[in-house]
Amino acid sequence: MTLAVVIFLLVVATIIFHFASPWWFTDIAADWSTIDLTISITFWVTGFVFIACNLFMAYCVWKFRQKEGHKAVYEPENHKLEAGLSIFTTIGVIAMLAPGLFVWATFVTPPENAAEYEVLGQQWQWQFRYPGADGILGTADTEFVSESNPFGVNPADPNGRDDVIVNDPDMHLPVNQPVKALLRSNDVLHNYTVAQFRVKMDLVPGLTSYLWFDPTEVGTYDILCEELCGIGHFIMRGSVTIDTQEDFDAWLANQPTFAETQSMAAPNLAAGQAQYAACAACHGQNGEGNQALNAPKLAGQQAWYIERQLNHFKVGARGGEGDTNGAQMVAFAGMLTTDEAVRNVAAYISSLPDTPAPTTVTGDIDNGYDIYDRNCAACHLDDGAGTWYTDAPKLSGMSDWYFVTQISNFRAGIRGLHSEDDYGEQMVAMATAMADAQEIADVAAYINTLR
Amino acid sequence: MAYVPLADRDAEMEMHHPHSFIEKYVWSQDHKVIAIQYGSVAVFTGIVGLVLSLMFRMQLGFPETTDFVDPNFYYQAVTMHGMIMVVYFLTAIFLGGFGNYMVPLMCGARDMVFPFMNMLSVWFFLLSVIILMASFFVGGGPTGAGWTLYPPQTAMEGTPGHDMGIILMLVSLAVFIVAFTMGGLNYVVTILQYRCRGMTLMRMPLTIWGIFVATVLGLFAFPALLVAAIMMLFDTLLGTSFFMPAVIEAGTALDHNGGSPILFQHLFWFFGHPEVYIVALPAFGLVSDVLSVHARKNIFGYRMMVWAIIAIGGLSFIVWAHHMYVSGMNPYFGFFFATTTLIIAVPTALKVYNWVLTLWEGDIRMNVPMYFAIGFIFTFIHGGLTGLFLGNVVIDLPLSDTYFVIAHFHMVMGVSPILVLYAAIYHWYPKMSGRMYNETLAKVHFWLTFLGAYAIYLPMHYLGFLGVPRRYYALGTTDFIPQSAQDLNAAITIAALIVGVSQILFFVNIIGSLKWGKKADPNPWGAASLEWQTPDTPPAHGNWGAELPTVYRWAYDYSVPGAHQDFIPQNVSEAEEPTVSDEHFDPDKDQSLADV
Repeated sequence: MTLAVVIFLLVVATIIFHFASPWWFTDIAADWSTIDLTISITFWVTGFVFIACNLFMAYCVWKFRQKEGHKAVYEPENHKLEAGLSIFTTIGVIAMLAPGLFVWATFVTPPENAAEYEVLGQQWQWQFRYPGADGILGTADTEFVSESNPFGVNPADPNGRDDVIVNDPDMHLPVNQPVKALLRSNDVLHNYTVAQFRVKMDLVPGLTSYLWFDPTEVGTYDILCEELCGIGHFIMRGSVTIDTQEDFDAWLANQPTFAETQSMAAPNLAAGQAQYAACAACHGQNGEGNQALNAPKLAGQQAWYIERQLNHFKVGARGGEGDTNGAQMVAFAGMLTTDEAVRNVAAYISSLPDTPAPTTVTGDIDNGYDIYDRNCAACHLDDGAGTWYTDAPKLSGMSDWYFVTQISNFRAGIRGLHSEDDYGEQMVAMATAMADAQEIADVAAYINTLR
Repeated sequence: MAYVPLADRDAEMEMHHPHSFIEKYVWSQDHKVIAIQYGSVAVFTGIVGLVLSLMFRMQLGFPETTDFVDPNFYYQAVTMHGMIMVVYFLTAIFLGGFGNYMVPLMCGARDMVFPFMNMLSVWFFLLSVIILMASFFVGGGPTGAGWTLYPPQTAMEGTPGHDMGIILMLVSLAVFIVAFTMGGLNYVVTILQYRCRGMTLMRMPLTIWGIFVATVLGLFAFPALLVAAIMMLFDTLLGTSFFMPAVIEAGTALDHNGGSPILFQHLFWFFGHPEVYIVALPAFGLVSDVLSVHARKNIFGYRMMVWAIIAIGGLSFIVWAHHMYVSGMNPYFGFFFATTTLIIAVPTALKVYNWVLTLWEGDIRMNVPMYFAIGFIFTFIHGGLTGLFLGNVVIDLPLSDTYFVIAHFHMVMGVSPILVLYAAIYHWYPKMSGRMYNETLAKVHFWLTFLGAYAIYLPMHYLGFLGVPRRYYALGTTDFIPQSAQDLNAAITIAALIVGVSQILFFVNIIGSLKWGKKADPNPWGAASLEWQTPDTPPAHGNWGAELPTVYRWAYDYSVPGAHQDFIPQNVSEAEEPTVSDEHFDPDKDQSLADV
């Protein structure tokens, strides 16, 4: 009796919840309204069955509850009824499946005029490649992967020379131009998902998968990874901006081609050394750092990381509110007016002799190891050397007090949340692995043993 | 086939009759003791799985309070939770627990055909659990690759437990499969060869049909997982490349080439999809019997129920790739697998209709097991219908790998089978223990579990519609996910905590009633099937005393016109009680399976 009423109320509550829920599909931004239509059909068919079956059951539970002198009816089978229900169910299934298969047929056959681009997933970031003027993507293989060629584009393939390389997680596409995304991974499974486009597909190392869509709304949308790809899965983010054709063309023209990335002149160490004079006042002649001036050790740090951070200071992605020490760097970084100057200084710094910084932080090394081994080593490596592949700087032998400040800044949201800081947000999330100041010190103390 | 008595049953029984405490309760060969052992280990493992889920739910709902859940542990917890619940808890408790207990009793046998092998099965199962639990204590901890263990990440830097954790997981699975095979062969042979006189296949209770078909599925499906586990062990330990293409690990190329990660997925899901039915079919069977007994009515459409179980079992082997629509496999497979997947909805829907129609014109006793059984129908309808979204390949595009998937499979193969589990435990507890449980406590347990579980999983579907991805340690800043989604996550966590804690009521009730419960009647519900007709309660070793029962009718003679009571036990002859030679149905005339 109670249960019959409760089942009835649950059906009512479910319907109310459905219509009151603010959580529903995001506004669609690609020409896949057919998918939404299929969902609607399925929703109404299953919704009807859900309500009908449960209300009938509630009715039975109420109507045929135990009563004095009442006896159940003996009726083992009823062929007509069973056949009728089978047919009714089959019709419902066909009503859902048939439109689904039609839409799927569209999905598996991209239109002739679809423009191709490539999505590369790697732990834990997105990169993109466009075919360039010849409209053909060059072949690629993991054997060619290096810091300067993260896609592994075959240098001998002429088709790859003019490929446009986007070595950061923000991509652009023109509106109303059907596109076919070719999906590749160099390490583990990933999944390229933009909720507003409705479609998704895994990236599988060893093969190229695809999906296609026709973007219809100008705007910027999140790219999420939706196939578990290791500890950084949840921070593997990117964005896709749908532009007008003119904006897209302008953006694309600003990106380097593969040939350009390969033929970049070697950095000028002498010029870098000259520029470094301004840095030396605080960071020391040999980049050894000076805690009294809040200047961390630089020597030994990887060039790509120094370059990236200088650019962050330049655009204000670091050194903003709450980061008084960082604010000092904004002015100094601003003195490096060209990309080339930044590159030269970074190269010079990484060429300085590397002697480990003095240790200033103490903590529980065992606990520090535990946290480091579980959460940090995946990117910064077991020996704390860091690697370009995971965008992780060197930690071992660097200034431990600076590590403590920066982790605290990540935890406080002072660093890493600026929209230009593509990889900093990953550290905002990962820094939660250290619960408090003590645990940060523990990890710093452990890193001090890695030298 | 004529009935042939075994030559020397008594001497054979004597071989494994217990003579000491250890033989009776530890190295026991009695199927009932083994069933309790299987069930206890499974429940213990299940509690570990439950606690893990509450820990990562805390992280999702209240991230600022859970310093002990770092990203590394989060992935380990979700991985271990999944594997434990699917394999070590649900599979083990339905087949190892209820399978062992019910098969000989419901078939009218004295024990399993191979009692020694049955004993080995439970000890191998315990060994597999010990190996699994050991991974919590090794360097690097248990694997965090997700319960699907997709390569190549399983053994690569960047995945929690990529060194020892994954190896222990694979070894544990291999040992579990050995245990399952020994148990499974036993159930199949016992059901086919050890039924008592008169127990034709079409007179078997649906519980036995469910267990039988599920076991056959397991015997075909688990080998796929076994070879996948062995191949992955080779990849990890010997450097082969079954599943490993050329990949880069933290900037360094690994020494693998040419393997296929998708091959693993095919093998895994060739096991994994039948696995859903390995859990569901025994639950279908058990709940059919519970519904029939407490509605005082025969199960509606028995023959269709049997054929539906067989059809679902058969179809379950050709739908596996619906787990892989967006895996990067040839997308043309989508047409085939979407079609087979939606076809399987037809026999499944018929089972639901027949359960509800069993209530129609019944005389429903609202005993505790009935609450759980009806709760099951509700959650199963919900979970089954959401499966039609995911099975319809094109709808899987937006919903795959979101919370919708989590909500769907928890509703259909978590909540639903567990409600059946409780229905079955409360239903057979008087026979298994000889005591009655506390009814009030059991009803409170029902309401908290049923309503709480719906409060967890109904809203979770909507996170999925919104597009919230699964397996995210934290949502971070994502434009299309509003703060309200985080609030909803907190509400779901609160519901999960309530449901989790309320399971204590169950254990208090079940353990306390062993001592303080009222003595139970041998057949308190007035059930017709054979296990309620044993001379002793709980049944003694050998089950049937001096003489084996003889069966004269099917297991569903409830409210038969002209009978003395509203049920007729299976072992009551035609001379004593009427048999209804109904124009619709006569189980004895149905020869389709009777002579097998």
